[in-house]
Order: sequence, then C-alpha cells, then structure tokens
Amino acid sequence: MIVPRTSYVEATARRRVEAVLDHDSFWEFLPPEERVTSPHLSQLDLPVAFDDGVVVGGGTVQGRRVLLAAQEGAFMGGAVGEVHGAKLTGLFARAVDERPDAVVLLLESGGVRLHEANAGLIAVSEIIRALLAARGRGIRVLAVIGGGVGCFGGMGIVARCCDAVIMLEEGRLGMSGPEVIEMAGGVEELDSRDKALVWRTFGGKHRYLLGDCEYLVEDDVAAIRESIHQALEAASGFELEQLEAEHALLEKRLRELAHLHDAIDMWRALGLPDPDTLPMLDLARFTPIAHRARSFWKGEG
Amino acid sequence: MVGWAVSAASTFSSLVKTTMEHLEFTFPGRRAATGRKHAVLVGVVGSGNLEVLLEPKPLGGACQIVVKTAVAGFGEIWQAVLEDFCRRHGLGDLLVSINDLGATPAVVALRLDQAVHELEGSGP
Repeated sequence: MIVPRTSYVEATARRRVEAVLDHDSFWEFLPPEERVTSPHLSQLDLPVAFDDGVVVGGGTVQGRRVLLAAQEGAFMGGAVGEVHGAKLTGLFARAVDERPDAVVLLLESGGVRLHEANAGLIAVSEIIRALLAARGRGIRVLAVIGGGVGCFGGMGIVARCCDAVIMLEEGRLGMSGPEVIEMAGGVEELDSRDKALVWRTFGGKHRYLLGDCEYLVEDDVAAIRESIHQALEAASGFELEQLEAEHALLEKRLRELAHLHDAIDMWRALGLPDPDTLPMLDLARFTPIAHRARSFWKGEG
Repeated sequence: MVGWAVSAASTFSSLVKTTMEHLEFTFPGRRAATGRKHAVLVGVVGSGNLEVLLEPKPLGGACQIVVKTAVAGFGEIWQAVLEDFCRRHGLGDLLVSINDLGATPAVVALRLDQAVHELEGSGP
C-alpha cells in the first residue's frame, strides 16, 4: 500500500498541528474565538489575527501526551508580539504544572515583531526563561523547523535552548537572516539572493552536519511524527556536565571551522567526500555520509 | 479585498493610507447553522489572504458578518461577495468574522465555502 505523503512545509500552522498530533487528540487554549489579539497592532491600525499568529494547546503523538505550539509564518512572518509570546510562555508554565511527556514547538518565525518593539523583545526573553525553567524541572522540549520563513532572531535562540531540534532540509535556522546580514555586512559578506548559498549556510543539511539539529527529516508529516517519537525515547537532561560538554563542542567547532568562509569548505574540513555534491543529495544518500561529520563532533579532540 | 477593475493608482493610494476599514453586514438566513464544532477558523491573515471565523450563535435567524480589512474602499464588492455567499448557503444564526489582508473576491468566496464545509461537513 502506498501511503500518500503529507507535506509539512506547505501546511498552515493549524494544519501542521492536526497532522503532527494523533487524530482528533488536539485541544486548544486561547482559541481564535476568544479573540485575544494584539493591542499594539490595533493601535497602529494594522490587521490582527484572532490567534495572534500562534496556536497553543495539547494532544498526543503516538499516544504520548504533549503540549504544543505552532507559529503561523504567513501572519507577519511568524513574528513574536506580546500576546503571541505570552501564549508560548504560558505553555511552558502549564507544562510545569501538567508534566506532559514533552513540549513540542512547531517554529516558523523571523523573530521579534518589530511593531511591538520592547514588548516583543521582552516576550522573547520571557519565553526563553520559561523554557529553561521547564527544562530545569525535567520537562523535555522539542523544536521542529520546516517552514518557508525559517527560524531566526529570538526564535532561533529559543530553538537552540531545546533538548532536540528536528529539521527539514527545507528548514532554515539562524540568528540574523540572510537579508539582514547582507544589509549590515555588505554583499561580499553574504549575497542573500544566492539561494544555493543561503541554503547551504542556514539550511537543514548544514545544521545537521554542524550538530545544531539532532534529526534531519523529509518533508513528510509521518517522518516528523516518527522523529518526535524517537526524540521522546532518547536520553535527555539539563545538568551541568551536559552543558559543559555542549560548550566544549562549540569551542571545538569555533577552533576547527571559524576561519572558513563557506559551508562547503567546512564540510571538506570535516572530512566529507565530494563536499560540493552534498546539497543535491537526497536524504537517503546524504544521511550515511553525514554520520561521519556527526561522529567528528562526538569523537575525540 | 482588491476589486477586479481598479486602477493601479487608486489601489496604491488605498494601500499607503493603511487605514483599516470596518464593515458590518446582516443577511437573512433560511436555516440555522449547525456544526460538530462551536467555531471554525480557516485561512491566514497573510498577503492576499484572509481568515474566516464561523461561530453558530442565536442571532434571530440572521447571518451577521463583521469584516476588518487592510484595504479600504471596497465596501460594495464585499457586499456583493457576501450577499452571494449568504444566498448560496442560506445559513442563519451564524456570526462570520473576517480579518482580511487584500484577498481577491474569488479567494474570499472560496475561504467562506471552505469554512462552511469544515463547520458542517466531515472536515477536510
């Protein structure tokens, strides 16, 4: 039997929630009919969304109880305003009370919603504090990145504060986005219109090779569900030794790769064969090669 | 909502003005809206798109529609599209709330049909 593939990239936040969770298991808090919309956007006479661009609630994934959030990239680039941020912060506070098997974040965001200025910045810092507080209480937090907007700015930081990141090849993860880097550093620094360059710098494959994400999956909802299931089974923790090990890895990465200017040079330095061919490989052929780079980070040195 | 036959100049001026327009319509219904859910939301407030929230509630048999649109000056086209929607489905005791970011009339009509399908049908 051929099971039809359901695209994650193409789906809206609400569709993603329904597709990632077990059928009919989703319940929502602060649903659209509550109309908790952004007071800042109304003051600026700008359009609002009934859910302020984020869906929060709970459900099950293969029978395991999760709380989850999904950002809608099509509404203001998934940017975090005061209400949007408070919904995410509340999700973590609720997780501490309810102790689900995990909090799952379906991220798609350009970062802070600039229209909301300080309120948006504070919202992101509150999300990070609440996320780390939940992790400190033993709650596992997983991020899924695979929307067209990618995951940048404050939400890029949020993603890397999670226990594990699941990425699609089409996903992008970074701090400043390519356009911002070009504007600040000039076209010699990064040509944001060079799509191949952008994807090999921010895309899922590079993030997987550098150890920034733990799972790299096809654009298929079933594959994402399976990765969430695996991430729930994997070892996790938030102890000092784990943080120190991660810092050591980051230090090693800086030492080995910081002088290189293109992802392809980094892949060559990691000892990967034919690095220029990696962007075009499908995941079935890419993953075994990528495991060499993954063991490089976990190995000696 | 952007009309079919507006000049580029008038579209531009209505966009740079960025004044949100608030429109309200009430149409008679032929039957009460019912659904397995107490509310459904379809669509997204993205460029050229809109979100439609349907909530069955007692409104004396009427269909009440509240539109907030980022593109002002197209009240008559909204009137035509929404009247057509109400004529086709005849739903009463229904509150329809719309946040619009420049959807074309065809997109508005399709989203409204999608919302009714999700409210009354077996879902997507």
